[in-house]
Amino acid sequence: MLTYFFRRLLLSIPTLLFIALVIFLLLDLAPGDPTAQLPLTIPPEVREQIRQSLGLGEPLPIRFWKWLVQFFWIEPQVLIDSIFNTHFSAGDSRVLSWQTRSPVMDIVIQRMPQTLWVVGTAYLVAIVIALPIGIYSAYRQYSIFDNVGTFVSMVGFSVPPFFSGVLVIVIFAVNLGWLPSIYDTTHKVYDWETFMVQLRQMIMPVMVLALQITAQLSRFMRASMLDNLNQDYVRTARAKGLNERVVVLVHVLRNSMIPVVTVIALGVPQIFGGAIITEQVFKVNGIGQLLITAIQANDIPMVQTLTFIFAVLIVLFNLIADVLYGLLDPRIRYD
Amino acid sequence: MTEPNSPEDQTPATTPAAAVLAAPVPTAPPRSQWADVWSQFTHHKGAMAGAVVFILILAGVFLGPLLWQIDPSYIDIRARNQGPSLAHPFGTDQLGRDMMARMMAGGQVSVAVGVTAMLLALFLGSLVGVLAGYFRRIDGPLMRLTDLFLALPLLPLLLVMVMLFRDMLSKNFGPETGIFILMVVAIGITSWMPTARIVRGDVLALKEREFVLAARSIGTTPFKMILRHILPNVVSPIVVSATLGIANAIITESALSFLGLGFPPDFPTWGRLLFDAVDYMQQNPERVMLPGIAISLSVLSVNYLGDGLRDALDPRIRGR
Repeated sequence: MLTYFFRRLLLSIPTLLFIALVIFLLLDLAPGDPTAQLPLTIPPEVREQIRQSLGLGEPLPIRFWKWLVQFFWIEPQVLIDSIFNTHFSAGDSRVLSWQTRSPVMDIVIQRMPQTLWVVGTAYLVAIVIALPIGIYSAYRQYSIFDNVGTFVSMVGFSVPPFFSGVLVIVIFAVNLGWLPSIYDTTHKVYDWETFMVQLRQMIMPVMVLALQITAQLSRFMRASMLDNLNQDYVRTARAKGLNERVVVLVHVLRNSMIPVVTVIALGVPQIFGGAIITEQVFKVNGIGQLLITAIQANDIPMVQTLTFIFAVLIVLFNLIADVLYGLLDPRIRYD
Repeated sequence: MTEPNSPEDQTPATTPAAAVLAAPVPTAPPRSQWADVWSQFTHHKGAMAGAVVFILILAGVFLGPLLWQIDPSYIDIRARNQGPSLAHPFGTDQLGRDMMARMMAGGQVSVAVGVTAMLLALFLGSLVGVLAGYFRRIDGPLMRLTDLFLALPLLPLLLVMVMLFRDMLSKNFGPETGIFILMVVAIGITSWMPTARIVRGDVLALKEREFVLAARSIGTTPFKMILRHILPNVVSPIVVSATLGIANAIITESALSFLGLGFPPDFPTWGRLLFDAVDYMQQNPERVMLPGIAISLSVLSVNYLGDGLRDALDPRIRGR
């Protein structure tokens, strides 16, 4: 198991390097000039100096190498410095955003808590709702509950977040006036009143995200339960005289959770990607919104770093899912 | 489950041959595979409802403009921001353009993008899947490539691609055709991976079957083999992923339009109409609803259609 883990870890390094190269080349080979937005009165030699100051003077392989060094060597040092108050990274040049001229990673760290709060809560809520629904629909297959659950999860698949988000805003913010339509990220929680305000502004984005995730997870849970409910060991457990609750919630559930846990792990990075739209609808200034504004402002270093962070998350959680699968299911041997 | 065999169970085995010969000969003609598929499909209520709704949407979008002949880009500034009325059943937008005509025009673009992108993704996916499954030598590299594509953050990359190549393509092909090509290509090359994996799995299993061995023994070339023997047998997973591909492409196109990175503002698509209507949500909430319902309903109906097709094409659960 440990050798498998290290082999996968080593294999993910070339994968990530290749993805970094793809992202870099895509951004670099595209037509368009970063100084095109500047006023036409700027003389060509000054324009050339601006290009040099943006780091565009060097040939392509050197720029790619410099970006790799900045991302994998200098940024971790900065992180260590800020935690332990050391000075490893003093004087090193970091990845700078073209919009703000400040380090990209600083902005990402500023934006991270908002995304994590909203998306993380939605993911937890979805897991808590989806698992019981999946278990019960499988246990009573083709009952009314199961059919309604199937329909609701089909709707959850099909209604895109940019419509369900707008829909709940129309209902709860415009018509009923119960909830605020814009997520206020400067809001600070220090007593019960402010906590309630925070809770109320989180309801709608969490609801929209949770609907999507619940739809997928409850389907998975149901299918996995159905696979196990007809197995021989279930009949054995019933024949031994175990009561139904123990059979379903201990024997069947534990075996059915194996694929579901890996699906939960695989879904984490997709949530960051899918949250781009939800953040845009509710004006949460998280990572997704940062990516959209960076794209609209042609801020190449920011776009490059953010896209690569998403890629790292996907590769990392793929690895976690595979390792979890091996750990949870002793029948699976990777060696 | 299994009961001990009673004497009655064994009677068929002991029936004399004469009795079997005297039994009535079945007169009904043998059923073909596609008749079976069709009858299973018609028994799936959700799939039939999905098919009817999707055909209605297609008819409304493509045949509707023949009946409702208002130009979707005709500006009548005095009649702006109107609610539903007899002259404008869906109301008018902030420039007084008729929403019903715009919904039809937008639907044509959304469905066209969805179908074309699906065809491209299907072609790429089947190509990679068949090649990887049939030729062992390129199986490894092609599947690594598929894994790499699956590890890419797709929505951010789509946004980046649209941002970077929009101006160049608009310049070369005109704003509408250029963005159409960009959308179709971008969605196509980011959604072929599931098809490739499913097709590869099926081809790997098919390759070991006797009829493939028989065909090879009479000297069938690999190209003919794939075309005549392999492809017809992997049609069912391809058809199922086609329906899911349309749904995926429609949602992706609308998402890009909603983020303001899709078609130009004066060119209606369902996503763009929804995006434009968000600013007028308080005065005219129905303008947000209509495109949103159109997107959701088409995706829902296509998903149910795919669900029914999957069941109908799977012989193991046929006849339930």
